[in-house]
Order: sequence, then C-alpha cells, then structure tokens
Amino acid sequence: MRKRKNWYFVLGLILTALSVGYSALGLFWTPYSSTAMVGADRYALPSLAHPFGCDHMGRDVFSRTLEGASATLTIALAVIVIGFMAGLVIGALCGYYGGAADAVVMRICDAIAAFPSVLLGLVILALTGPGKYNVILALGILFIPSFARLVRGEFLKYRDRDFVRAARLMGVSPLRILFSHILPNTWPVLLSGLTIGFNNAVLAEASMSYLGIGVGPGDTSLGRMISEAQSYFTTAPWLVLFPALVTVLLILGAGMLGEGIRERLGED
Amino acid sequence: MTKTILKRLGLLVVTLLLVTFLAFVAFSILPGDPTNSILGLNATQEQVDALRAQLGLDLPLWQRYLNWLGGLFTGNLGISYNYDMPVGQLLAGRVGVTAALAGLSFVLIVVISIPLGILCARYEGGVLDRALTVLNQITMSIPNFLLGFLLTFLFSLVLRWFTVGSFSAATAQGFWDWLSYLFFPALAIALPKSAMTVKMLRGSILGEMREDYIRTAYSKGNSKGAVLWRFALRNAMIPVITFLAMTIADVVAGSIVVEQVFAVQGIGQMLVTSIGNRDYPVVQAIVAFIALIVVVCNFAADGLYRVMDPRLRQR
Repeated sequence: MRKRKNWYFVLGLILTALSVGYSALGLFWTPYSSTAMVGADRYALPSLAHPFGCDHMGRDVFSRTLEGASATLTIALAVIVIGFMAGLVIGALCGYYGGAADAVVMRICDAIAAFPSVLLGLVILALTGPGKYNVILALGILFIPSFARLVRGEFLKYRDRDFVRAARLMGVSPLRILFSHILPNTWPVLLSGLTIGFNNAVLAEASMSYLGIGVGPGDTSLGRMISEAQSYFTTAPWLVLFPALVTVLLILGAGMLGEGIRERLGED
Repeated sequence: MTKTILKRLGLLVVTLLLVTFLAFVAFSILPGDPTNSILGLNATQEQVDALRAQLGLDLPLWQRYLNWLGGLFTGNLGISYNYDMPVGQLLAGRVGVTAALAGLSFVLIVVISIPLGILCARYEGGVLDRALTVLNQITMSIPNFLLGFLLTFLFSLVLRWFTVGSFSAATAQGFWDWLSYLFFPALAIALPKSAMTVKMLRGSILGEMREDYIRTAYSKGNSKGAVLWRFALRNAMIPVITFLAMTIADVVAGSIVVEQVFAVQGIGQMLVTSIGNRDYPVVQAIVAFIALIVVVCNFAADGLYRVMDPRLRQR
C-alpha cells in the first residue's frame, strides 16, 4: 500500500509550533507594554505601528494577544502537568494492581468526569475566588480523572504481557516495571491524550475567563480579552478577531497534532 | 432483569443524594456570615439572631441539608441574598428558557450530525467526506462563545435576522418567538458537538463495515447501501447514542457560556451573575439542579446502552 502523507501530523506540528512559539514569545517580549494606555490611539485600526489595532483604552492589541496567549499557554500547560502527573500515578497503580481499590477509584473518576469541566471549574472558583493560580488548581484537579482512566486502560493492557511477566519473574521492583518497562510502550497513546487534554484546558480556561470567573482582573488572558472586547464588537470587531484567531489556532494545532499521532499509530 | 434495574435505581438515588449533599455543603461551609451582607455591618445582635433563625442558619448542618433537600421538591430553596426573593421563584421563569435552549441544541445536534455522519461513511473518501473532515476539525477548535460571536455577527449585524438581547421569557410571544430567538444560541452550542458526533458516527460505521457479518451480507448479494442501512448502522449507532446521551450534560454546560453571549436570561446567566455576587443560595440551587440533570442523563445513557445492545442484557 502506498503510504499516504500524514497531513494532520505535518500541519498540526506547524500550527502548534507557530502558536506555541507566538505564545512563548509573549513571555519575554511585547512591542508595547500590554497595559500602557494611549488616549490618542483608542480604537486605532490595525496599522504598521499597531498590527492588530488598539482597544477601547488605547492599549496595543498585538502586545495584549502576545501576553494573553502566553498566560493561556502557561495555564493550559500547568493544568495538564498537574492532571497528567497525578493521573499517571493513579492510573498506573489502578491498572497494574486492579482489585477493589481500582474499582472504587475508577467509580469516583467516572463521577467527576461525567460533569462538564467548565461547570465544576466554576463551582471551585466560586469557592476559592478568581485568579490565575486558582484556575490552574481547579482545572488541574478536574483533569486528573480523564488522564487516570486513559493511563489505567493502557497499563491494564500491558500488565499480563510476556515481557512484564518476565520482568516480574526476574524480581524487578514494581516501581521499575511500571515506569521503565510499561510506561515507554504507552507514550504514543498518552501523547495523543495529552494533546486532547491541552485543547480542553485551553477551551476551559478561555470559557471561564470569558465568563469573568477565570483569571483575576489584573491578568490578561485570551478569554478575558474576548470578554472585554464583547461590548465593542459592533464598532471595533478587530478587538475580538485577533485574540479569537490566536485561541482557535492554538486549539486547532494541538487537535490536528493529536489526530496525526493517532493516524500514525493506526498505520503501524 | 428486575433485580438489575432495582440495583441501578438504588445506585442512582445514592449518587443523587451524594451530589446534592456536596453541592450543599461546599457552599455552606464558606467563611463569612450571609447575615452581614443582608443586614450590613451596623445590625444589632438581636437582628442578626432573628435573621439567622428566619434563614434556618441556627440549625446544625445536616438538618439544614435535609430541609434544603425537601425544598428541592417543593421549590422552597431559601432566599437569594442579592435579589431578596425566594430562590425557587427566581429560577422558575429561567429553568424553562435554559431547558428550551438545551433541548433545541440537542435536536439540532441529532438533525445535523446523524445524516452527515451516515453520508460521510457511505461515500468515504469522497468530496463531501473530505470537506467535512476539514470542517469538523475547524469547528471543534472554536470555543462555543466565539461561535456565538460569529453567528451574531453574521445573522444579527449583517443579515439582521434577529436582534441580540431582544429576548426575554416575559415578553416572548408564544412558542415560535422563543424558538426563533433561541435558534442561533442553540446553533452555537450544537455545532462543535455535531462535529464530534459526525466524526464518531463515521468512525463507528466504518469500523462495523470491516466486520465479518458485513462480508456475509455482501456475499448474499446486498448492495453497499443496503448493507449500511440494514446491517452496519444498527450496530454502529450503539456507541453514538450513548455519546449523545452524555452530550446532554455538555449541552447544559455550553448554555451557561452561550447564554452570556446572546443575553439569554436562563439559569446559566443567573449562575454566573450569582457567583460574581456571592449569592450562594442561588448558586447552590443551580449547581444541584444541573448536577441532577447530569446524573439522570448518565443513568439514562447506561440504560439505553443495555436496551439497545442485546449482548449486554444478560449481565
């Protein structure tokens, strides 16, 4: 069979590299201060000096999307790091050992995962108050169950394979079996799960910040920018357009990359 | 069979109790006394005590929970701190709006995705299939509030088919008025979910088409269309229907966000406002209400799975 080019993977990689690069740039450099207000530049149209125009307070939208994207990226990455690390440990133990503890833990995970993360996120933030770190904590905890379930399924698949049995017979410690014998085999599936998790994290953060219950008032994030721009949507559509584009590209890139990874696996 | 149903019903009741208990306790153990925000800081101790007794705050937590749980059925859910109005009354008019929005979204998802999913699988690799694969990927990447913006821009500002913010449950003239305004918000919720459903249904049908019984059906002289409709589709629909039932929870969550974009006065908008105002009796009631919907939908999905797949019935 002729090997078809994996467009998802290629395009996804390019888009992800671009949007992540863009967001990462915002961590170090913005052409203007994202909070500097210039009265004369209020509602300035996109131009050479301000490629994305200026907002209702005369702030440079390009600088703000750079900073907003970097905030959104940091939050999403922190969320999947928390969710993935905890999910990996829980899922690996549950999948490898099984038993009653596994059943109980998985029931709890199912119960949590049944609720939309935006709703649970709102509930947690209603209790803790808004803020960047509260968003990370809330979403991070909420993302544990789905990762745990994914990891558990993979570890369950490998726990009775011959190479694992052989390792057990040779007296390899369980910890070593889990993380240096089984884990490397599961990476491809986990990677595509990570891209989905990343997407959901970006979506959830954007939605929550859009609702005004995400990052704090001082922070810039893509969702918050869009929320602020909503009132000026009819008069200055570019205020919504550019943060929206960055958000969509960030999600689209990771989504296609995940799809590409899965396609690549399917061919093997 | 009866035993299984009873067991699952028991599990449902336990889950419901647990979920409502968590929703209640989470907002009841918060520091700060609601009487402060109602009476202000200059209230006398007698006033505070009287109000605490009136709100039932002097009772132990479990008793407050039981009272509140009873209130879920009678509509007596306490008084909103912010609106100074019974929560039940406050939500009564809004529940219908959100229910209509969620219901309409769900209908749209089914109407859009099932035919498209079948067409994509039937003509795999064709123009429609390839176009939709690309479109799906893009639609799934647009958060639903942005989709809401796009729809408002196109249909409200450019085509002037409807005016944003013109909707209120009180002024709506009958059923069609509701429906015509709620159509676009519903579309904003439905499109990303439809994209997922199309993708899933397509994959599910194509998976079934590789099975042995399909080869048997072909060998008996059935055409491709007949095999798809009469053999593959019935099996392929099983996971999709479960997925759709689970989607209801996401649709309700989506309406929290989209109500904000289109200024629809439903419980989602109320939830967001009340979180901002720290109006916990309202938040408690809405969270419990949405949680009930989620739990019941999952229960229904599981039941549907058993009804549709005879292989699962014996277990």
